[in-house]
Amino acid sequence: MNETIVIILLCAMATYLTRAGGHLIMLQFGKVHHRVEAALSAVPVAILTALVAPSAFSGGLPGVVAMLVTGLICLRGSLLIAVAAGVATLLALRAMGM
Amino acid sequence: MADIAAPQSSIQGDIRAGLRDVSPVLGAIVPFAAVFGTVATEKGLSMAEVLLASATIYAGASQFVMIELMGQEVPIWSIVLAVFAVNFRHVLYSASIGRHMGAFGTGQKILAFHMLVDPQFAASEARAQKQGLRPAYYFAYAFALYFVWLGANTLGIFFGALIENPDAWGFDFLLPLYFLGLVMGFKGRSQFWLILIVSAAAAIVVHRTLGSPWHITLGGGVGMLVAAVLSKPKEDQDHE
Repeated sequence: MNETIVIILLCAMATYLTRAGGHLIMLQFGKVHHRVEAALSAVPVAILTALVAPSAFSGGLPGVVAMLVTGLICLRGSLLIAVAAGVATLLALRAMGM
Repeated sequence: MADIAAPQSSIQGDIRAGLRDVSPVLGAIVPFAAVFGTVATEKGLSMAEVLLASATIYAGASQFVMIELMGQEVPIWSIVLAVFAVNFRHVLYSASIGRHMGAFGTGQKILAFHMLVDPQFAASEARAQKQGLRPAYYFAYAFALYFVWLGANTLGIFFGALIENPDAWGFDFLLPLYFLGLVMGFKGRSQFWLILIVSAAAAIVVHRTLGSPWHITLGGGVGMLVAAVLSKPKEDQDHE
């Protein structure tokens, strides 16, 4: 086996460890403390927000406005429409040279 | 997410919902996956190696990190450690979504965790909160994403410069907007706005100081900490 394939397979194992690991750790505990439960319930909002927050400001004003448009529409409407409106806003503002 | 009709429990309904929910993501990952195919080929990987990496690692950002480090003369362990660091957020995804996998058999769980990428996690949490998460939904979403990812890699290998400037089409913002949209779907959760603002602020600060990928785990970690600190014990905490 050449070195490239060894590296790929080791990286694959490291990645799988992260993806199965969290669940395996949780299985070690029966009933978890309410604070742990609250922290885990916050994972989708906290981690996904952290994931996208820097990119919101990476595209200048069009990016920020597009995020606001999508976020506001999502409070009421469907996800697909909200994302489409965000992209349309982004492209429109970029076309105007902002 | 507003177009959800009566609770749909059939396998076909789950599959349809999974495919419907994954469709906007597919468009977003094609250019990203194609670029990986192109870059990896330029760095000297064979087609088989590119597809092996995508099929077994299946974590876009960390695959770019691996390719980048392969080109430098660094020890293997440091490449693996970098990939682990970039993917560390999955530990939290796994711990969280694992609580909603009661309908999954052991074999299904083993496979499901391999496919737990960012949009998969976000969509599955949203599904778990509303209709409950079942394997048919999860794997319809997962397999569509997985094979489009591999297919687009292949496109990138053969037609490197096909998509010259994906940013011109707004592709660069498609995934951030999609994730934002899914995050807004959790607005009913306890302390939603506070966690959102705190995590965003912390992530931006960490991104500007320590840099990527630390902003994900550390920034999100601050939001999780706030949730833990503000949590109050309640009688039936198993029900969402």
